Amino acid sequence: MSILVFAEHDNSRLKSDTLKTVAAAQAIGGDIHILVAGLKCDDVANEAAKVNGVSKVLVADNAAYEHQLAENISLLVTELACDYDHILATALTTGKNFMPRVAALLDVAQISDIIAVESTDTFVRPIYAGNAIATVQSVDSKKVITVRSTGFDAVATDGNAEIVKVDSVQDAGLSAHVSDEISKSERPELGAASVVISGGRGMQNGENFALLEGIADKLGAAIGASRAAVDAGFVPNDMQVGQTGKIVAPDLYIAVGISGAIQHLAGMKDSKVIVAINKDPDAPIFQVADYGLVADLFDALPELESKL
Amino acid sequence: MKILVPIKRVIDYNVKVRVKPDHSDVDLANVKMSLNPFCEIAIEEAVRLKESGVATEIIAVSIGNKSCQEQLRTALALGADRAIQIDTDESLDSLNIAKLLQKIVDEEQPQLVILGKQSIDSDNNQTGQMLAALTGMPQGTFASNVSVEGNKVNVTREVDSGLQTVSLSLPAIVTTDLRLNEPRYAKLPDIMKAKRKPLDVKPAADFGLDLTSRTKVIKVTPPAQRQAGIIVSSIDELVEKLKNEAKVIS
Repeated sequence: MSILVFAEHDNSRLKSDTLKTVAAAQAIGGDIHILVAGLKCDDVANEAAKVNGVSKVLVADNAAYEHQLAENISLLVTELACDYDHILATALTTGKNFMPRVAALLDVAQISDIIAVESTDTFVRPIYAGNAIATVQSVDSKKVITVRSTGFDAVATDGNAEIVKVDSVQDAGLSAHVSDEISKSERPELGAASVVISGGRGMQNGENFALLEGIADKLGAAIGASRAAVDAGFVPNDMQVGQTGKIVAPDLYIAVGISGAIQHLAGMKDSKVIVAINKDPDAPIFQVADYGLVADLFDALPELESKL
Repeated sequence: MKILVPIKRVIDYNVKVRVKPDHSDVDLANVKMSLNPFCEIAIEEAVRLKESGVATEIIAVSIGNKSCQEQLRTALALGADRAIQIDTDESLDSLNIAKLLQKIVDEEQPQLVILGKQSIDSDNNQTGQMLAALTGMPQGTFASNVSVEGNKVNVTREVDSGLQTVSLSLPAIVTTDLRLNEPRYAKLPDIMKAKRKPLDVKPAADFGLDLTSRTKVIKVTPPAQRQAGIIVSSIDELVEKLKNEAKVIS
């Protein structure tokens, strides 16, 4: 059995989610290789070579892969696929974008967003926004899989894999990158943070999210938001936690002024400890919270910040 | 230009999903069904492109049994010009859906295919990308802005790090994210008019495809329920619990 794991990166750093996707590969079992596709991505390749359980890192370093356009990456991965039984990518926006293209080019089904591995061909995945859990068996000879990283624990990084260059250049010539608008933040990434504090519609406006910042600084937390807060224009969409936003499972999740719509719960209910602060004692968020505080957030947040 | 909008009938957004006692599937008996929210956004985007003079014709297509005609009529009421139902009683994999849609793309030759990024039942997020692969078209997934310029379409995409804009050669595939637009409500006269718009029914079996499913659902179970915890009375108590009981802060 051999498994190819697609590395999530930005050409300079390997995303920690890849360590969790490798954990899923280990659960399947086999010889694990990582593919780093990008431009001037040597640092990423060196990081990938340290990932435990990986025997080989394939590096495809070319301008055609710089922005990981689905049209080009899918051709590269499809070309490499003949040597592998399983192809895995993290279920983040890059993997979600190009992997179904790979599956269709290989004429196989894709299993999306797995949270557990039952056997080499059977996997567990949430459906209906996590309101049901399906166990699915693939009968295809090759399995194309995206992995939800909250389902797996990151592997260690004291390995020493061989780095091999891939010379193949696949440029479909169908698409071009125009621009990126990257949200800059000094705080940890939502998906990787051990503490997340999120605000909802109860925050009333974008300026009031500043009330979360002092607490986030003290706890080393990332700041998130509910879809209601994003839809109301308080904060940008990349802060959204939920079914249609980011799925997080930190050690501590603090929900502030969030009622707890099912779409939000889908994105955070696997957190280890959940705290809810809401002035409505009947808010559904209290049904999943380990610790609930019924209070006006405009009183509670400054007090919490001062007492941490 | 012609725009094709594939749509899906799914359980209504507001319905509480229940798993069948025999764990074979979720229970859809007597449950309210609706147009998948992301598909609604796809229709709206197509209608806006027509209103701005970019598009000339919008074709909605859905794959399912007769009941999905209800959603096709909704699409027609929202502004699609005609509809195609690919008739089947089977519940098909995304890949087989994409193969059927490829046949419609071959027949209709649209310049743009706009789909929802995922359906809220199976949550697969695959069909648009697979259709793009099968038709050899470029793709702009998770779109928050679409602008057609000459023989290209610029798509701004919602990605993990923020926004990414790509330029795609037409014909192209676009999949919609939530912030692309706010769909309108169908007005009564439009609902009446939609009843007279053309709706073709084509049996899935007539396309000559092997539609055997490559995946098998072994079981469907309810998720582990999280137990409600305790209500604390003050910030002091909260901080004390987080430090000494949950031990998640120091």
